[in-house]
Amino acid sequence: MMAKPELDATDARIVNELQGGFPVSRTPFADVAASLGIEEQDLIARISRMCDTGALSRFGPLINAERLGGAVTLAALAVPEGRFDEVAETVNGFREVAHNYAREHRLNMWFVVAADRRQRIGEVLGEIEAATGLAVHDFPKLEEFYIGLKVTV
Amino acid sequence: MKDDVSRLDDADRRILEAIQAGLPLCPHPYDAVADRLALEPADVIARVARLLKNGVIRRIGVVPNHYALGLAANGMSVWDVPDDAVAGIGHRVGALPFVSHCYRRPRHLPEWRYNLFAMVHGRSREEVEDKVGEIARLVGDADRAHEVLYSTRILKKTGLRIGA
Repeated sequence: MMAKPELDATDARIVNELQGGFPVSRTPFADVAASLGIEEQDLIARISRMCDTGALSRFGPLINAERLGGAVTLAALAVPEGRFDEVAETVNGFREVAHNYAREHRLNMWFVVAADRRQRIGEVLGEIEAATGLAVHDFPKLEEFYIGLKVTV
Repeated sequence: MKDDVSRLDDADRRILEAIQAGLPLCPHPYDAVADRLALEPADVIARVARLLKNGVIRRIGVVPNHYALGLAANGMSVWDVPDDAVAGIGHRVGALPFVSHCYRRPRHLPEWRYNLFAMVHGRSREEVEDKVGEIARLVGDADRAHEVLYSTRILKKTGLRIGA
């Protein structure tokens, strides 16, 4: 893992206060900079640096796949210990697998499948079952109460 | 809901594809996008504002890398709460500042009894445990059982990408 990037107090304010609400205007950086009491160029430089150091994954929009006519699901596998890396490679090989995490549980591999066609989700899960010989547990979202990242640094 | 897709035209999709990995870091980012796509800046701004309003874009801003920022402990807390209470509880749990995602998902009985998922981030497992304790207090008597599944490794993280 990379070392923790150093953030000063102004960087921290940017991270904490700009996790949404970036203006859709001709001069959005100037607008935000004014509200933070800093210069536009300073704001741009700081965001750019935090993207470079990895403190930020990116700067931009978070897109809702479902609103685009696609679908997303969370799925889990109980992978026998000796097969973990092999199965991870198979699962990760699907373009539609957006995230995959090892977790401490009998269901020890949890992955998000996102596709621009709803039907493709079921196909991918079926293909993963066929390729691994393991039962895929599908946990589609039934109701969304919150999504966002209110990280405070 | 369903007609949102049909309301997206080619220009909307091209704009989303152009900005999904990041907005240009320059004083007039939407002008830069407009230039690249041969659209008018005012048109790009109006379309992005509409995509934001109708929820195709959830939000625009910094996307923190919580691992790089020291929030290395990530616990997926899962809760068995009565189905008729899950909506009210879900909204209250989702409103907690340390919960990044909160969803109702299906039970898979008998091996999986949990119907509410709340992702909790912290600097350490102890911090995540404290926060899960806070959720437990909020859920109160409706908490029939819960578990926390800690992540031990990120196996893949590319995120959603539309287009080719």
